[in-house]
Amino acid sequence: MIEQVLIGSVAGGTCIVFAGLGEIVAERSGVINLGTEGSMLCGALAAYAVGIETGSPWLGVLAGIAAGAALAAVHAALVLHRNANQIAVGLVVSFLGIGITALFGQSYVGQGVVPLDTWDVPGLSSLPFLGPVLFEHDPLTYLSFLAVPLSVWAIWRTRAGLVLRAAGEGPEVLEIYGTSARRVRWIALLVGGAMAGLGGAQLSTAATLNWSEQMTVGRGYVAVALVIFAGWHPVKLLGGAYLFSGAIALQLQLQAEGWELSRYLLESLPYVTVLVVLALLSRRRIHGGPAALEKVFEG
Amino acid sequence: MSRPIRSLALLLALVLVAAGCGASDDASSGGGGGGDDGTFTVGFIYVGPKDDFGYNQAAYQGSLDMAEAMGDDVEVLQAENVPETAESEQVMQNMIDKGADLIFATSYGHLEFAQNVAERNPDVVFVHQGGLEGDRQMDNVGTYFGTVYEPVYLAGIAAGATSETGKLGYIYAFPIPQTLANINAFTLGAQSVNPDATVITISTGSWCDPTVQSGAVESLLNKDVDVITQHQDCTKTIIEATEAAGAYTVGYHADASELAPKGWITGSEWNWGPLYTDIVKTVEAGDFVDSKYNGDYRVGLQTGDNPFVQSVYGDMVDDDTKAMIDDAKQRFIDGGSPFEGPVLDQDGEEVYAEGEQPTYDEVEQMDFFVQGVVGKIG
Repeated sequence: MIEQVLIGSVAGGTCIVFAGLGEIVAERSGVINLGTEGSMLCGALAAYAVGIETGSPWLGVLAGIAAGAALAAVHAALVLHRNANQIAVGLVVSFLGIGITALFGQSYVGQGVVPLDTWDVPGLSSLPFLGPVLFEHDPLTYLSFLAVPLSVWAIWRTRAGLVLRAAGEGPEVLEIYGTSARRVRWIALLVGGAMAGLGGAQLSTAATLNWSEQMTVGRGYVAVALVIFAGWHPVKLLGGAYLFSGAIALQLQLQAEGWELSRYLLESLPYVTVLVVLALLSRRRIHGGPAALEKVFEG
Repeated sequence: MSRPIRSLALLLALVLVAAGCGASDDASSGGGGGGDDGTFTVGFIYVGPKDDFGYNQAAYQGSLDMAEAMGDDVEVLQAENVPETAESEQVMQNMIDKGADLIFATSYGHLEFAQNVAERNPDVVFVHQGGLEGDRQMDNVGTYFGTVYEPVYLAGIAAGATSETGKLGYIYAFPIPQTLANINAFTLGAQSVNPDATVITISTGSWCDPTVQSGAVESLLNKDVDVITQHQDCTKTIIEATEAAGAYTVGYHADASELAPKGWITGSEWNWGPLYTDIVKTVEAGDFVDSKYNGDYRVGLQTGDNPFVQSVYGDMVDDDTKAMIDDAKQRFIDGGSPFEGPVLDQDGEEVYAEGEQPTYDEVEQMDFFVQGVVGKIG
């Protein structure tokens, strides 16, 4: 049963990991993007639709990335050029994504996509316990394993990461050194949207092989919440995402085991678990976010 | 207007446009434009897309079948993605302005709004799919529905006969009476061929959350379940995951046998056409008031026109099983019920005594699991 829950936590958590990593990049640059839910949906639909039209799931994934970034561009344009309120625009952009995908997705409901197949890692997948949990997934899941350390390295060990963090901590300083904070934030928001789109693509073409209206069911918002609770750190985000989807897998497994627990209690388990654990973890650093997050900077 | 607010207003307008397009409203098939040119005009509203492989598609197909049966006599107006909010009143009023004489409100949550519009338009007839009128009974409103649990029981027989482990899985959204009746009927059907059969239930808390659906399938397979059925709006993820694992599928809402060429046992699906056609004929003839449709009309195998029917069989269903299913079906046609006693609940308490059976109304208020169901309500 433990193995089952862990498999479920990785399978269900991957899309949140991608979306959350993208949100970390965006927020590290000083902009909160609540449009993540919409970007995920755009990514899910674009990947599904292009996958069907071309027969290539990989072209679908690329389309998903582009679609996620495209929706984020709407957010970026309004926030960075019109100085609109980040939270409000983010929410509206999310609803825009929900509406657009519901509209254009109608003809794809129920159609079959060529799936991104599971690829067992040679050797490693035959390991007892760890094999099925970590090494019997689709290629995008392995990419998410790599993306976490890669983003840690990029954010804290590269010049680009330094500039990104500077945009989020003190955009005025960045400007003094001749770098446009607005440009950095544009790139960060596009990367964030692209990652959310990638998460959505994984959801539709690898995890569920399905497109349906609002199929993310709030996972984009969960990703945003996890980023804040995880103190803007990719590794903690990964833990949070797996905890959330692991709790879902656990409650499903408990139902299958016939536990006589209230289903309402079981269904709230993922949210309660994540809130409690991450609240405990981040107790000491509630204000650990980028200093200029959400502040309007007229560069 | 300050710049940010102006930008926001612009965006909001965009969203509204997108949402408006979502609730597309187009006239189709036969006849001319206006309503007072002699043709009888029928409007249909659906809560979701007309091609969802599920509930809405079935209702849409029913409207097409009705239109074909009626030929040039009727004009049909269609509106999909109509939310279960006051916005639906606007959509229905628009249809009336286009000449609608009869409106089918096909989703559970449309009832209240259909009743509101009906009060303002006493000359237009409204029929609602699945609701109960309550204390707002009007001469121009009625509800109708099929007895969904009858074919589900029959599918349960096929599932019970096919399962090797005797463990069946049922993935559902919420413990509403209709779902509970389905789960119980499925269980009793399976137990009629395998008394030891159990049905493990998993609620997803959503009509469509594909990620949770695929997790639910994994959990069931993990408990040696080898037949999986469901009561969900989007059915594809569950069917394909079940098929991929080499387990068997019993469908719901629509014939999805193409998604599970190896594991498809059978299923239950809607066939609304004949009932819709009869309702349209009744209203067109001016006979609606005090007819059976001017109330809460429930149909089943007994009345002979159950719009909920069996899907095709898979190859694994043998002739003996088919004969058993035909026998059970004949019992229901002759006045029997899947819930004919003795029926025990999960705690072994007798709910229906030997020979006793619930009425259609009682089934619509079902609030318990029968013995052999694994799971908890509420």
